[in-house]
Amino acid sequence: MNEKYLPLTATVVVFLALFGIGGLLYNNFVSTLVLGDILADNAFIIIAAIGTTFVIISGGIDLSIGSMIGFVGVVMANLDVVGWHPLASGAMMLVFGLLYGALVGLVIDFCDIQPFIVTLAGLFLLRGGCFMINLDSVPIRHDFVQEFAGASIPLPGGGDLHSSALVMLVAWVAAIVIFHFTRFGASVYAMGGDRTSAKLMGVPMRRTMIGIYALGGFYSALGGVIYALYTSSGYPLAGTGNELTAIASVVLGGTPLTGGVGMVGGTLFGGMIFGLIATLINFNGSLNGAWIMIIGGVLLFLFIVLQRFLVGSFRLRSAA
Amino acid sequence: MTQIPTSTLPKHSSLTTTLLAVARHKAIWPLAALALIFLIDFIISPNFFSIRIVEGRLFGSVIDVFYRAVPTAMVALGMAVVIGTAGIDLSVGSVIAIGGAVITWRIHAGDPHILILFWALGVGLLCGIWNGFLVAVLEIQPIIATLILMVSGRGIGLMINLLYGGTNPSYTSALLQGISTGHIAFVPTRLLVFLLVFVLLWALLRRTALGMFLESVGANKKAAYLTGINARLVTYSAYIICGLTAAAAGVILCADTHTSDPVSIGRNIELDAILAVVIGGGSLAGGRIYLGMTILGALVIQALTTSILSSGVPPEYNLVVEAIVVLVVLLLQSANFRSLAVSIFARRKR
Amino acid sequence: MAEQVTARVEMLDVSKTFPGVRALDKVSLRLLGGEVHALMGENGAGKSTLIKVMTGALSGDEGEIRLDGQTVEIKTPGQARALGIGTVYQEVNLVPTMSVTKNLTLGRQPTKFGFISWRLAREVANRRLKRLNIDIDVERPLGSYSVAIQQLVAIARALEDDTRVLVLDEPTASLDAHETALLFQIVRDLKSRGIAIVFITHFIDQVYQIADRISVLRNGRLVGSAPIGEMPPLKLISLMIGRELGQTGLRLAGDAPPSDAPVMLEAEGVGKRLMMEPLDIALRRGEVVGLSGLLGSGRTETAKLIFGAVKPDAGKITIGAITGGHSPSRSIRAGVAFCPEDRKAEGVVGELSVRENIILALQSKRGWLRRLSQAEQEKLAAEMIKTLAIATPDADKPVGQLSGGNQQKVLLARSLVSGPQVLILDEPTRGIDVGAHSEIVQLIRKLAGQGLALLVASSEIDELVAVADRVAVLRDRRKVGEISGADITRDNIIHMIAGVQS
Repeated sequence: MNEKYLPLTATVVVFLALFGIGGLLYNNFVSTLVLGDILADNAFIIIAAIGTTFVIISGGIDLSIGSMIGFVGVVMANLDVVGWHPLASGAMMLVFGLLYGALVGLVIDFCDIQPFIVTLAGLFLLRGGCFMINLDSVPIRHDFVQEFAGASIPLPGGGDLHSSALVMLVAWVAAIVIFHFTRFGASVYAMGGDRTSAKLMGVPMRRTMIGIYALGGFYSALGGVIYALYTSSGYPLAGTGNELTAIASVVLGGTPLTGGVGMVGGTLFGGMIFGLIATLINFNGSLNGAWIMIIGGVLLFLFIVLQRFLVGSFRLRSAA
Repeated sequence: MTQIPTSTLPKHSSLTTTLLAVARHKAIWPLAALALIFLIDFIISPNFFSIRIVEGRLFGSVIDVFYRAVPTAMVALGMAVVIGTAGIDLSVGSVIAIGGAVITWRIHAGDPHILILFWALGVGLLCGIWNGFLVAVLEIQPIIATLILMVSGRGIGLMINLLYGGTNPSYTSALLQGISTGHIAFVPTRLLVFLLVFVLLWALLRRTALGMFLESVGANKKAAYLTGINARLVTYSAYIICGLTAAAAGVILCADTHTSDPVSIGRNIELDAILAVVIGGGSLAGGRIYLGMTILGALVIQALTTSILSSGVPPEYNLVVEAIVVLVVLLLQSANFRSLAVSIFARRKR
Repeated sequence: MAEQVTARVEMLDVSKTFPGVRALDKVSLRLLGGEVHALMGENGAGKSTLIKVMTGALSGDEGEIRLDGQTVEIKTPGQARALGIGTVYQEVNLVPTMSVTKNLTLGRQPTKFGFISWRLAREVANRRLKRLNIDIDVERPLGSYSVAIQQLVAIARALEDDTRVLVLDEPTASLDAHETALLFQIVRDLKSRGIAIVFITHFIDQVYQIADRISVLRNGRLVGSAPIGEMPPLKLISLMIGRELGQTGLRLAGDAPPSDAPVMLEAEGVGKRLMMEPLDIALRRGEVVGLSGLLGSGRTETAKLIFGAVKPDAGKITIGAITGGHSPSRSIRAGVAFCPEDRKAEGVVGELSVRENIILALQSKRGWLRRLSQAEQEKLAAEMIKTLAIATPDADKPVGQLSGGNQQKVLLARSLVSGPQVLILDEPTRGIDVGAHSEIVQLIRKLAGQGLALLVASSEIDELVAVADRVAVLRDRRKVGEISGADITRDNIIHMIAGVQS
């Protein structure tokens, strides 16, 4: 089998194994009902994580994901108060996310500042923006929210594919297409794999950089829109810490933080693994959130070591 | 034999020379920023600088800044060391969380409180050994390596809490609370503790060759290796130092609330610490470690927060202001941006 | 072999000046189709500048370029490629983490309805590789293949349907003999299709295997160009080095080296695959051994292997009484010091001060606990600054702010301060002005007189003639002989490099 599919395979295996463990531990776990719920509950973070995959494969990082999610929700809630339709405010926030990301990408490239610090400042900026707009949670009362929550496609076995999960799946497929079937996607891989070579091979560096962060911003905003609709509110603290979960999902999905390799397809499963762990623990009831963090850390460790020795061997060989 | 060239600087008066020397010193930027913030504070509330003595200790807005900056400054010191080796440690918040949980656990187990201090430092040591192993031995990128403990650390803290059946258990400890919130003579104890940590770290770095080795490894790993420096060991030590300073900060933070709350204690402290290091002149690419200026950086960050609080501006603005300050610092540090700004300026003048 | 009347590419009187240096001075070059044209020259000769002008990475200040008789403008790499000039750089500039297909088609992927068709891309990739008679799995990551294969993929990428000229920059640097033969086969095949091939290399033997014509650059000028039959090795090397034969250089060393002095460092059969063939060298107390050879012959590699900066695959090194695997820290503790050639990447720690750089090796020898006091550091630094005449207003300036030559002196100071018994110097006088040059040469003799054992790798033959008691001659990553005492003359060294009897 092609070596590059190994991390992805590992991810899918872990996911299936966890699902199987759930089936062993609890009755009625292995069902489309549970699956549908996991997809819907975690749709927003998976969408954001998909956007982050672009950034990470190019060799960068984005720490402002969670803050964007919060900011988008807060703005939408406040626009709802003055009568905007959530679709309209949502669309506007998507454009905002795109433009914001493009600006971030431009600053990173032009000023040659490390993405870590720039997106860190972005984290503060957007979170602060949330607080400046309102300190408490503001509900979104428009009827559309109910319609959206209710819309779903029934699955065989009694479960449902809820609207948020549908959006997430569409976004996921779109990302796969962009990554694997456009020149832009190929450029992203090249940039992450070897920056100097990419430049010499004619990859348009600045344009690609801007596009990467713009796409990341767009997806984070989309995650925020979904979250706002899902919780029918704009909460200034929403998304706190989500950047970590998103990054961890990407890594668990088979994309190392070193860049150049990985698949956005895996991010879906990486995010689902986190969702699965949380569900498994909730089902039990007596365990608590601590286990999510610990298991997450352990899985992360195993994957990172796996990736280190897989990818490390490629690069070492070519350097010999 | 060629003559040693004499200095080519024109002769100045001694005052100008001193002023020039001061201006060229790198500390000028964070100091200026701090002075500016204090000035604005003074304008807004003229009694900003008033210091009074209440119940035998100093009180005042200025004192408050120093007081609250201690935990961040401590973490920032260790962070500066790690960043000097071209690394980073995202797990410091988790180290604090675990430390808090262990402190509470041992207090409930009845250990003498002095011993518990060593338990706390032990946590920092262990975490540092773990991180160091991943980075120096397995050669995993520091961001990812320390991410592991960052993600799982708070969970470990929660687990420890559960060990003796509590959620957010609290404790009473005269010793620890004395360290964190008490005072000796008129000075808050934690400032003295911080001073001690700083002096110890300074001695470790500057009274031995370790500081120079750390900076060499960060600035040019290959060259350092060729001069016989054991880059692996040196890098390892950086993460142990960072773990220890984080643990020390944890003692102070935890005793402040005398509770173990692994989920929210020390939230975002790693970000503040990194910012403090960057404002203090440190480069994320490794190199010089500016311990003193990092403290200034931490003070700047704290001063911003305190000023916003005491000026009546809604505290929500705090984050935005911090973000803007950071961005301005970053942009000024970028050569491309500076030349762009200069060229825009020049065009306007015409 | 029939020569076409019109050259495929002609560079006429091309000049290029950088601040302070004239990199190219009215260089003219004719590249004929179906011919392998070797471009040779030592450091700073202008080879890479000339190639950059031809491939659009730089613009010439003067002169013109003609393609098949027509004058053209080449201002960007894209234009060069469009005109049929393909380049394969020395570092395989492809992306090792991506598949061969992706590397071959990056930027020009075939599309269907706006999206990339990987099926078509694979066909394109296979087709291109087939043209070079290569048959590999194009879906595997490039990095999983050997460097030789990666190079061939790079060539396949550079080769379009309408390629007129293919520039190969040091293509055999990382290849073993078998892989080189494979490459040459492909080059001959391309030749037969009428493509003009520019071959830049340092390997003399290979030039005579594959080239039809040789052009030599020196100091930015074309000093000779002839078909291979009219350019024997001796003439080639003389042109590259730039002196007439028969002139003698000044010798400072005595006629007979001390033969009874104890051996301080002995390397037996030391080598590394793809780097250096196993060789023997012995360094004696009070003796200066020179390492001579052309650029690329393995001088730096030998120095690094002996110092332990690179671990050898074969052989053993004995320092005093210690044998065994070596690392810089062990060598330094055993009393060896090393002054690297690439001062920027491997030498100076730019942010640290002059003083700190000078005492760094000594400090590492002492360990982290026994720190040299400020006073001791300043004293040592001041001594060195004086002895080597390092131009710096004060010792606390970051060393990155010093000029290149002074940085070199700081590195030299660093190795001297650690009190070594064996000193390995790689290009000690590179970038140093003429006046200081002779000082360093005299310093080297003085150190030998004080009992040090020295190994000096240098591209300047005269320097070694002046200073060495023995000279080990390298060619094409192999030691080909040794010359000692009164036999050390420029002529003899050049003859040995060329491989002819003198």
